[in-house]
Amino acid sequence: MLILECPCCGVRGEETEFHGGGEAHLKRFGPGSTDDEFHTYLFSKENPKGVHFERWRHNNGCGKWFLAARDTMTLEVFGTYSAQTLEPPKHIRDAITAKRPGWTWRDFS
Amino acid sequence: MSNAVSALAGTSYDGFARIEDQGLRGMITLRGDLASKEVKAVVKATTGLAVPGQRQALSGKDTAALWMSPDELLLMCPYGDVASVIEKIETALKGQHFLAVNVSDARTFLRISGAGAREVLAKVCPVDLSPEAFTPGMFRRTRMAQVPAAFWLDEAGAFHLVCFRSIADYAFNLLKTSAKPGGEVGYFA
Ligand SMILES: [Zn+2]
Repeated sequence: MLILECPCCGVRGEETEFHGGGEAHLKRFGPGSTDDEFHTYLFSKENPKGVHFERWRHNNGCGKWFLAARDTMTLEVFGTYSAQTLEPPKHIRDAITAKRPGWTWRDFS
Repeated sequence: MSNAVSALAGTSYDGFARIEDQGLRGMITLRGDLASKEVKAVVKATTGLAVPGQRQALSGKDTAALWMSPDELLLMCPYGDVASVIEKIETALKGQHFLAVNVSDARTFLRISGAGAREVLAKVCPVDLSPEAFTPGMFRRTRMAQVPAAFWLDEAGAFHLVCFRSIADYAFNLLKTSAKPGGEVGYFA
């Protein structure tokens, strides 16, 4: 079972109270971008076995979006954090390093 | 003028807990800066209550102030008072970034009481409702089987539950089934 803690309202709830919103920290390429950039933005997603960063929405709760770092294989959640950030904050990265030394994800490590 | 009625028209059911429609209640969604002194003052002036803390429910005789999210409250008042309460909020918060909207007719308001009340809800919501974990004055928005719902527990041990009016029948029948004699689990006993 996947258990997430919403950083907006503090509820620790199980997966069905939330809704997954896909990969986190995407840079959007829209009008004016090249076909390659747009294709990569739209279709080329990370699909790791292990450390992953995702967007989640507390849809049956406070309604807010937030980001989560978790292990896709064990469902262990390393931490949840504000959606108003461009990269995983240090405390989240440190929490992952403590459990999964040497992890990398896109340009982050 | 139409004659407003609640979706369940006062229906009740007595199983190992009592499920009852609480009828029409004035409900106002208030969004804005909950820390602002104007919001605090107008919530006090209209409901007699303070701005609740995170996931807290404050209730008075016919009023309640419920914490919905970091920038949203649900205020309750008598059904007939909604227009005047909204007018007071709009006057008090003029110039601020806020929203006050009447949602009274978009909601159903139920009460779940009796010794089995915790268990009836615990069967249909993914929430730790043990007496140690869920105490009076706590407010929780969650999933109730297939629909969103929100509830708080009062000092007398009764739950007050708000859900969408459009699924009133589903919500009532769901709780009724959960409270059906013979379905006691006795987990909190
Ligand atoms: Zn939340």
